Amino acid sequence: MVNVIWLTLLISGIIVAGMNGQIEVVTKAAMDSAQSGVNIAIEIIGLMALWLGLMRIAQKAGMVNFLSKVVKPITRFLFPTVPSEHPAMGAIIMNISANILGLGNAATPFGLKAMQELQKLNDDPEEASEAMCTFLAINTSCITLIPATIIGIRVAAGSADPTEIVGPTIFATAVGTVVAVSADKILRARYRARHRR
Amino acid sequence: MFLNIVSQVSRWAIPFLLLTIPLVGFFRGVKVYETFVEGAEEGFETAVRIIPFLVGMLVAIGVFRASGAMSIFVRVIDPIMSLIGAPGEVLPLAVMRPLSGGGALGIATELIGAHGPDSFIGKLASTMQGSTDTTFYVLTVYFGSVGIRKYRYAVTLGLIADISGLLASIFIINLLFGGS
Repeated sequence: MVNVIWLTLLISGIIVAGMNGQIEVVTKAAMDSAQSGVNIAIEIIGLMALWLGLMRIAQKAGMVNFLSKVVKPITRFLFPTVPSEHPAMGAIIMNISANILGLGNAATPFGLKAMQELQKLNDDPEEASEAMCTFLAINTSCITLIPATIIGIRVAAGSADPTEIVGPTIFATAVGTVVAVSADKILRARYRARHRR
Repeated sequence: MFLNIVSQVSRWAIPFLLLTIPLVGFFRGVKVYETFVEGAEEGFETAVRIIPFLVGMLVAIGVFRASGAMSIFVRVIDPIMSLIGAPGEVLPLAVMRPLSGGGALGIATELIGAHGPDSFIGKLASTMQGSTDTTFYVLTVYFGSVGIRKYRYAVTLGLIADISGLLASIFIINLLFGGS
């Protein structure tokens, strides 16, 4: 799917430029864009380092463990099939915390660990369990307090107020999470009803 | 009132974490500076890892936009998008977001660069990018890593989550910054 979109963008761009008789803009756009990809990545290094550094302090200070105790009532509601002392729970909480702090790349290792642990509780190793679907839904919609990467890009683009979008992002992700969790409960009930027959 | 709270949260969120995390760490006996540096090392690696995605996507989008193909595309879909209060320019981002994190980041970066980070489109693209996740990436990488082949209702669920996040972004940005 990504392949098709990527190819479509390139081909339609080249065809339109060719038909307009200005094929040279393709060359210039391609070279400039490639360079700006690298520039952007270099400009966000500082911000990534800042958040990953703070995250490490939070982890060592036991703030993550503390957080997992605080959110226990919520995790019990969301993942009724996962025992609260199970290692899957710790990994899920770390993954969600990283997502809340907008650290998508820091979240991935915890997400993979959580899936491995959830798989141990799964009856059918070929089919996604209910807890896995819930985890995916929360992961996809997750409430985000600090969208770190996008703030970095806004800084790089010279924004007068790079963090202006933090409030709107919190709102949009909160709505997304509520919808996702509700949809999860509904789909789960429907799936169960259909498979009992 | 609500708008004021939202903007105050925006202003205080980062200073609050910047103060709280190191302070709590210090009182818990963590070597805050050394630990910070240890974690920060990963920042470089992560930023470098996204370069190929950024270059690939920025080139394709750069060509698409500079050639004039983008403006043809936008003219076609603009009436549909304006019905829900979103300029046609952000549609490629909405389409790409669930498919590829790097790809969506490339589109968002391009939109922010081209229209300015403080423009309506720049703010909308920022919020959309921050509000949803790469459903298909998570599906394939997470589920693939443990050998899950049957996704149950996970695909539907992921897309519902994505779409509601996108619509909520369009709604809040229109409410806060629209109509000017």
